[in-house]
Amino acid sequence: MGPLSDVRNWLDQRLGWDDLIAPLREKTVPLHKLSYWYFLGGITLFLFVIQVLTGILLLLYYRPGANEAFESVQYIMTQVRFGWLIRSIHSWSANLMIFTAFAHMFSVLFLKAYRKPRELTWVSGVILLFLVMGFGFSGYLLPWNTLAFFATKVGTEIAGQVPLIGKPMMIFLRGGEEVTGATLSRFFGFHVAVLPGLATLLILLHVLLVQRLGISVPPKLEVQWAANPSARREMKFFPNFLLRELMAWYVALGVLGALAALFPWNLGVKADPFVPAPAGIKPEWYFLFMFQTLKLIPPKVWFIDGEVLGVLAFGLVGLLWLLLPFFESDQPSHPKRWITGFAVFALAYVAGMTLYGHLAK
Amino acid sequence: MTTSDPGALNPADRLSPPLPRRRFVEALLGGGFLATVVAFVYPVVQYLIPPKAADLGGDSVVAGRVGELKLNSGKIFRFGNRPGLLIRSSSGDYRAMSATCTHLSCTVQYRDDLRQVWCACHNGKYDLNGRNLSGPPPRPLEGFEVQVRGDEIFVRRRRDA
Amino acid sequence: MAISRNKLRPFVAARYFGLAGFVVLAASLAYGQTKNSCLDCHSVLPDALGVSQEKFSQDIHAQKGLTCTSCHGGDPASDDPDKAMSRKAGWKGRIDRKQIPQLCGSCHSDPAYIRQFNPSLRTDQLSQYWTSVHGKRLAAGDTKVAVCTDCHSVHDLRAPSDPSSTVNPVNVANTCSRCHSDADYMKRYSIPTDQFAQYSKSVHHEALTVRGDLSAPTCTTCHGNHGAAPPGIDRVQNVCSNCHTFQAQMYDKSSHKKAFESASLPGCVVCHGNHGISHPSDAMLGTGPAAVCMRCHTSGDACDQARAQLQSSLGQLDAAIKSADSVLGVAESSGMEVSEARLGQDQARDSLTKARVTIHSFRPDLVDQDIQAGLKIGAKNLQAGKEAMVERNHRRLGLALSLIAIGIVLVGLRLYIKKIES
Repeated sequence: MGPLSDVRNWLDQRLGWDDLIAPLREKTVPLHKLSYWYFLGGITLFLFVIQVLTGILLLLYYRPGANEAFESVQYIMTQVRFGWLIRSIHSWSANLMIFTAFAHMFSVLFLKAYRKPRELTWVSGVILLFLVMGFGFSGYLLPWNTLAFFATKVGTEIAGQVPLIGKPMMIFLRGGEEVTGATLSRFFGFHVAVLPGLATLLILLHVLLVQRLGISVPPKLEVQWAANPSARREMKFFPNFLLRELMAWYVALGVLGALAALFPWNLGVKADPFVPAPAGIKPEWYFLFMFQTLKLIPPKVWFIDGEVLGVLAFGLVGLLWLLLPFFESDQPSHPKRWITGFAVFALAYVAGMTLYGHLAK
Repeated sequence: MTTSDPGALNPADRLSPPLPRRRFVEALLGGGFLATVVAFVYPVVQYLIPPKAADLGGDSVVAGRVGELKLNSGKIFRFGNRPGLLIRSSSGDYRAMSATCTHLSCTVQYRDDLRQVWCACHNGKYDLNGRNLSGPPPRPLEGFEVQVRGDEIFVRRRRDA
Repeated sequence: MAISRNKLRPFVAARYFGLAGFVVLAASLAYGQTKNSCLDCHSVLPDALGVSQEKFSQDIHAQKGLTCTSCHGGDPASDDPDKAMSRKAGWKGRIDRKQIPQLCGSCHSDPAYIRQFNPSLRTDQLSQYWTSVHGKRLAAGDTKVAVCTDCHSVHDLRAPSDPSSTVNPVNVANTCSRCHSDADYMKRYSIPTDQFAQYSKSVHHEALTVRGDLSAPTCTTCHGNHGAAPPGIDRVQNVCSNCHTFQAQMYDKSSHKKAFESASLPGCVVCHGNHGISHPSDAMLGTGPAAVCMRCHTSGDACDQARAQLQSSLGQLDAAIKSADSVLGVAESSGMEVSEARLGQDQARDSLTKARVTIHSFRPDLVDQDIQAGLKIGAKNLQAGKEAMVERNHRRLGLALSLIAIGIVLVGLRLYIKKIES
């Protein structure tokens, strides 16, 4: 018939190829007003793949170690052909990915896609979000410039505020009492080995669950379509939805390229532990809402230290976030209103605090 | 699936030859896709080719070659983003230190008549170890390690524990 | 016999121990202090006769173990004023101003004595003082001039290294100005009283007080401290050349040195001033208000032409450096990496600094050598900046082409989707 179908036959006889991809051919995507939000997960995955690819390329020239890290990044930016492009894409894509991950999480939250039977998808997703922020935190230190050095110092200091386990945790993160070259080595290990390994496993789980459970539909619509099956609108995933997703990915690629070429990521100044911290040190934007919150908490609340209270509060919120699906009702006809309210508050809080933190001195 | 495409010769016939409009779309898609693949692959391939200037890391620099410096003379070389001073003393051994004067950041020089490091701006003087001897400089010059390997003189930042 | 266990016993014992300890402590403290009856009265007397314990504790002599009687004599053990302040006990009373240098010198000129306290302290202050204007006038009977205590303070005298000492480098000019800026006090002397006002505006004062550069000159650096006297018209250059060696060397070989000397003009001071030395600028070579050359030279003569040439050379290099800087700045803000060229700019600026030093030879040909070297470096950096801009434009072109390709794909996908869904 043709070379393509010969290859398929060959694969089928050895891997059971046709049976493997059969579910994909059947997979459909629900069509409704809010279907556009379904793109976000795929875009996040696409950006993750970009990160892995550009990350591997950077690995070919990057050298971890306080003496060499900054210079190796400088080398990539100035001497390696298109090094500036690879590095800038990596940095911009990181920020974009964190943004789309948050957007994907909020869209799932508002579309209530975490309901039974998709609780595990949500849990794996929230853990992935934490991992993605860990990627951001560990990767930020790797160029070993002044801003990154002090941001890491402040960040790990805050982690150390957790009662009981805080100090050991901080020492574990820093590879010692202070932020040194040992911290850099550790963060490098986390960033290129530990976190990618964990993320890959969780992504596989997450995507597998989506495949097996299908794509969810907002509760109201689910009730409507259950009552009136002919009203159900769907699109085949392959090739229709996939082609549309491809368009979204190409747009993301274009945006990345433009950002990298027009606003290359800057190098900064090499970190010097003996120089005092520059005034107004702030973490990267995705940590700003937490940072700003901590700044606003008074130094002492009753007898508890303000920062400790803040850290504990965020820990608690994080845990609740993880377990959110288990608070939701089983009946799509009666979703819990307070969760929606809570979601709106959370979005407003994160967005507002991020803006506040950015504008504050 | 029947298509209502009025342009088809025989709508039900799947094997009918592709029409100009269909061909155009496929050509456009294929061509564009190819262009983007090239735009992606070309920089990556270029990136993978090692550049000519080797990366020794910010720590080490070739400051000169053996035989370049006469006895009792010095030379300025580039170390990272700052100038460095390489001195060959009258007994033949090499010293290296930062060439940025600790007073007002002028570039110092080696004076073979004084056998000292001298700053022309305000007459500051340092000894061959970089220690500030007289004049305005408040601090010594940062010293570097020197290693001669083959006929190249490597200068490296001091490794502190 | 039942042994009564008194649970309070340890506490009682501790109380007695504490009391005993306190007594021992108080006794030992008192033992360390030799009786000083002078301060008993004089610490509560009003200002002219008063020396508070607090003030005296700051005094370095007191800290080294000397007391009132070391200078004033008398009997510190006696509480009776007549006995304490008796001539028989060696009491000197208020020291007469004319006697002060001699009194201080009785210890400070004795190397063997001073060695006990600070082996590296100099002991020539008194002999230096007698050579100074202050010393000479004091010897001739003028008691208005400065004696040791005027500058060093008395009863709260601190070491010069102490930041609150009146003779710490940062404070010296203030100390001198107490007399030298007082027009009334200085009425009968024929010297100006604007030195401190001038100095406060100077670049040296800024270096000392704002930048904290303790090597910057203050009054004593040029005038001497104990042997204070103006350098003398023909010696000014020697004073300045201690730091500004290169300029002095150039000046030495120049035509100006002989000309100034024969006209009894004070060298460097003619163009730069003495107390109010401001940061020199290229405008000094011009024809405007800051110009110095045309104060003596006539417009149109050979020197005027040389001046114009010097000014234009400096201006040329300055402009070249600035233009390279601006191109590099634009390249940098577009994300290009130009740190090597930036370092090269430092070298160009060094050439300009060198040229400005060579001005003091007043030879355009010598200045030109430095200018040309600087121009070459500046041109190289400008080239690097331009290349960075070209590279930046290449990148933007590449981006545009990629975006076009992406756009084509997007259009193609849209059409393809439309096609398969119709």
